[in-house]
Amino acid sequence: MRIEQHPILQFDRGEKVTFTFNGQTVEGYTSETIAAALHAAGIRELGHSQNLHRPRGLFCAIGNCSSCFMTVDGEPNVRVCVTKLRDGMVVEEQEGKGVVRHDP
Amino acid sequence: MIRDVEVLVIGGGPAGLCAAEAAASAGAHVLLCERDGVPGGQLVKQTHKFFGSERQYAGERGIFIGKKLIDAVTRRENVEILTDATVLGMYEDGVVTVLKDDKHLKLRPKKTIIATGAAEKFLTFPNNDLPGIYGAGAVQTLMNVAGVKPAERVVMVGAGNIGLIVSYQLLQAGVRVVSVVEAAPRIGGFLVHAAKLRRAGVPIRTGWTVKEAYGNGKLEGVVLCELDEKWQQVPGTELDVPCDTLCLAVGLTPLSELCWQAGCHMEFIRELSGHVPVTDENLMTSVEGLYAAGDVSGIEEASSAMVEGRLAGYAAAASLGYDAERSRAEADAARAELRELRSGPLGGKIRAGLEKVAEKRRNAVC
Repeated sequence: MRIEQHPILQFDRGEKVTFTFNGQTVEGYTSETIAAALHAAGIRELGHSQNLHRPRGLFCAIGNCSSCFMTVDGEPNVRVCVTKLRDGMVVEEQEGKGVVRHDP
Repeated sequence: MIRDVEVLVIGGGPAGLCAAEAAASAGAHVLLCERDGVPGGQLVKQTHKFFGSERQYAGERGIFIGKKLIDAVTRRENVEILTDATVLGMYEDGVVTVLKDDKHLKLRPKKTIIATGAAEKFLTFPNNDLPGIYGAGAVQTLMNVAGVKPAERVVMVGAGNIGLIVSYQLLQAGVRVVSVVEAAPRIGGFLVHAAKLRRAGVPIRTGWTVKEAYGNGKLEGVVLCELDEKWQQVPGTELDVPCDTLCLAVGLTPLSELCWQAGCHMEFIRELSGHVPVTDENLMTSVEGLYAAGDVSGIEEASSAMVEGRLAGYAAAASLGYDAERSRAEADAARAELRELRSGPLGGKIRAGLEKVAEKRRNAVC
């Protein structure tokens, strides 16, 4: 959910775009981070921990803590809390450290 | 290729922006590296009005103070701001490395001001890793920067200024704050903020803590419990509180990694909330030409971070010979402002911490 009315702030959300989360289409805005767009869509579980496979969500939202690592357009360990959304992004939950793809 | 820099400022929050502005006003050439896409640090999400005096923009909302500082620095021709630029390394030969747009830049600064701020502390309890357990700053970022409703029902841990202010901002965003929980026997933040919450019907439980969290895949509720005078959980006082978000406002700790890397004399000072570099009256660390300003040198308010930034900026400029007489006078004025900001009863903890730092420095010099 997004805040429509606020006593102090106005939000310039930019352009509406679509991206996918685990294959499912989600709408967001270009001024938002990936984490914010997912949160607005009610998605809080962003990945799973390396050893115990416990669900992981965001914690600091300013790029400090590494809790929100996801795989974006095939690249693992993207801090989605500080990465701006772009049209057509492919965002996936990440298991543990993720898999680094090597260019041929 | 190594780029020569006169004054490097690391961090574009209140301290870093004021440091850049001060050094540049004296005539120095400044390069400011900011990790985020925009400068302003945490000011850009502070919708409440600040305290302090006129010179620290008292009575203005943090977001507007941030805009003013950014405007002032941006207008300076002798300040360059690099955004999305993370400083990674401080080397023994004085080279500083920066990650910018997937490229590794090398800088050789004459003077460096570290103004990297702070990180939020965490709390230990079962299931504290469930999605929905967020730092208070994260919730503030979601609602005040992104305009996303961060939750439906929130329990806030911590009745210091951040806990109280973010709780009120949650109400403004249309979120229900079920309870504020504070382990200490009394409210730590300004009572004017606490009173606003109480008027809105939010209970503030002092002497309470989180016993555990629960939920399947995401937070569904927390169990609170009372603490005795020895901070031990009192059996039989458990209270089950359904909520979708638990917000932690349990303090900040200095983000001092770069000071460690640079080999600064570091000390753990409880009153300053963590390991801090030992600095002199100009905020210079034990490493010649390396300064630390703002929360990285001890957790305090944004108002004092701004003045510390100004002090370090003028001190760095003066040591480079820029407008030396006025720069030194401005540094003196900043020191006087800091003394005034810390003079009241609420400044007692900071004064005690800074006295310990001074003592560590005297012992190291002897």
